[in-house]
Amino acid sequence: MQFLPADMNIIMPEIIMALIAIIILLADLVIKRKKSLAFLGVIGAGVVAYTIMMDSPGAAFSGMFISDGYSKFFKLIFLVNVILVTMISVKYIIIEKINLGEYYSLMLFSTLGMMVMASAGDLITLYVGLELMALSTYVLTGFIRHNTKSNEAAIKYFLLGAFSSAFLLYGISMIYGLTGTLELKDIADYINKNGLENNKVLMLSMILFVVGFGFKIAAAPFHMWAPDAYEGAPTSITAFMSVGTKAAGFAAIGRVFMIALPAIKLEWSTILIPLAILSIAVGNIAAIAQTNIKRMLAYSAIAHAGYALLGVIAADNEGIVSMMSYLMIYTFMNIGAFAVIIMLRGEGAKGEDINDYEGLAKKHPVLAAFMLIFMFSLTGIPPTAGFIGKFYVFMSAINAGYVWPVVVAVIFSAISAYFYLRIVMYMYMKEPINNVGVQNFEPLLSTSPAIGIVLIVAAAALLGIGIFPSFLLELARAAISGF
Amino acid sequence: MILNILFFYLAAVTIISALFVVIKRNAVHSAIALLVTFVHVAGIFLLLNSEFLAAVQILVYAGAILVLIIFVIMYLNVTQRYRMFNRLKLIAFFVGVVLFAEVLYIITRTALKGQKGEFPIAKVMEMGNTEAIGKVLFTDYLFPFEIASLILLVAMIGAIVLAKKEI
Amino acid sequence: MIPLHYYLILAAMLFMIGMTGFLVRRNFLTVLMSIELMLNAVNINFVAFAHYMDSMTGRIYVFFIMTVAAAEAAIGLAILISAYRNTKTTFVDEMNSLKG
Repeated sequence: MQFLPADMNIIMPEIIMALIAIIILLADLVIKRKKSLAFLGVIGAGVVAYTIMMDSPGAAFSGMFISDGYSKFFKLIFLVNVILVTMISVKYIIIEKINLGEYYSLMLFSTLGMMVMASAGDLITLYVGLELMALSTYVLTGFIRHNTKSNEAAIKYFLLGAFSSAFLLYGISMIYGLTGTLELKDIADYINKNGLENNKVLMLSMILFVVGFGFKIAAAPFHMWAPDAYEGAPTSITAFMSVGTKAAGFAAIGRVFMIALPAIKLEWSTILIPLAILSIAVGNIAAIAQTNIKRMLAYSAIAHAGYALLGVIAADNEGIVSMMSYLMIYTFMNIGAFAVIIMLRGEGAKGEDINDYEGLAKKHPVLAAFMLIFMFSLTGIPPTAGFIGKFYVFMSAINAGYVWPVVVAVIFSAISAYFYLRIVMYMYMKEPINNVGVQNFEPLLSTSPAIGIVLIVAAAALLGIGIFPSFLLELARAAISGF
Repeated sequence: MILNILFFYLAAVTIISALFVVIKRNAVHSAIALLVTFVHVAGIFLLLNSEFLAAVQILVYAGAILVLIIFVIMYLNVTQRYRMFNRLKLIAFFVGVVLFAEVLYIITRTALKGQKGEFPIAKVMEMGNTEAIGKVLFTDYLFPFEIASLILLVAMIGAIVLAKKEI
Repeated sequence: MIPLHYYLILAAMLFMIGMTGFLVRRNFLTVLMSIELMLNAVNINFVAFAHYMDSMTGRIYVFFIMTVAAAEAAIGLAILISAYRNTKTTFVDEMNSLKG
């Protein structure tokens, strides 16, 4: 292989991303106002998004890196994620006393890892991108060094993350031994050519892939790290990883299973069905008992991983399209909900307990209205986008012939209304209580223009997609056309 | 014949010292057992014509990772009077044995013959192990190599941010 | 010539020892060492396959695994040190301020 300058054009978004992360790291030394670093990060991510749109599709580095519609769509999810989370972080990390430039830099590095994962055409690139993403996220989870909960969350996340990558690696080594190659397309070709569909080693490595990726997307029964890690991590990072890490895991699942292992489609969708059902059941049932809203959203994230898995189970283009659009919608609704939590996190108040939401509609009607939209969307009530996302995922699974998993999912989806709407009930039906006992005690909202923009963008996107869903679906369909 | 004996020696010591890593109460003893494992795994790499990797195995695993672990053990002054295992021990042991049996069954019953690569032993011998690896690493695998450099950068930033006393 | 299966069985044993160690041990440092055992098992797998298939890819993969393992150890130990300052313990199951 020769080093081609054309390859540089294809990986231009990644190069720019790395440069911006390093520039922020260096600028941190001289700039005292960390807010400007956040601004730089948002602008930089915007530039990267622009280059992705302008980028011509193609493969670089002898098929090691693929830039196609699929990877572009996922990269947009990651960039929307990092831009929104950077904007909600500005005020929050001052309150948590972790106002460091490295925070923004690590977040961009993590996003770069996700982008590499989405573009991986080779299992080495996939692994390296995954670890870049994971290692940055471990550090961000433990970023509040003076907080025991954050430390613990980082320890649990780190240990189980490293454990799961060992399983993934064992699976990769097995598939390498079976086919002699690590390139996804070559693996599929080799399997077809030599009739290895029923090979036991192939099954073993497929199961190990499911275990490894299952941990990353926090699907039950590999979810045990998620509630702890999500509760202990800084709230902004909880939003970041519940969306970003999950979407990156799905991007990798889509690539590996659809491109490298289409020969055993039936087998892996059979294995993923119990995973999806269990995630939906465990996530929705355990969420009912939670009083900490971050923990509740952690369980809800597990359930949403289950819904998105239904799209993968369908194992056709329409299923992947529904999974992709579901993840895009989930990005907006989840970050929106976390933005509201972050606003309630004042100097004194935690804003994490469900009682903090009592009578919110009386104190801050606008904020309560935003939370209402996000909760409706997470439940899947029309006309919000959450309904559209769920609807298409369920439709694609039914069209692929999986009726009973969808029925179970719908039932649990109805159960989930209980704990999402409980927050709405607390906000609108209850009188505000002054738990401090001081007259006219009003916990201050930590507002900033940036977080306001996030709320408006997220709510507008949810309502916009909810009312005009065809736009997003056409985008996803166009993205997958060359898949 | 001599290679067979060498293999069985290396394999036996690898497994036994790996067991010691898991069952030793004192973390320092575990670390020493881990060192023995690493060195013998490097020996296995030598049997498999991977001299460069054997050297890197010793340099990175024994020289960097293990020294770091021992440094932290000393720094934190870990106590020794404690329960070693958690409540899971029987279940975990059982799961480990069952999974091992499963994997054993699968790998001994399947012919693992992937497509042949371009580096037969004779060619590697002729051009030199390090050169062969370097050639592939800096042409075909240039992109992951660059990302790996970012991983090390992130590790450095992360370790400083988390472990430094005053930031 | 030693059959390929010998190496694979050795790697499988090492992997399972590491996995069991990960599940049963309470001390963070020993758990980290168990993860290193698992990664070493994977390395043996890759090098053995690469050797028997006359390929370089597996050896390159081992190279990357080693890089990542070093980075992982550095970050894991940094997390442990920052946690130790607050909790004064290295035992994973004594860190239970998060319910669950």
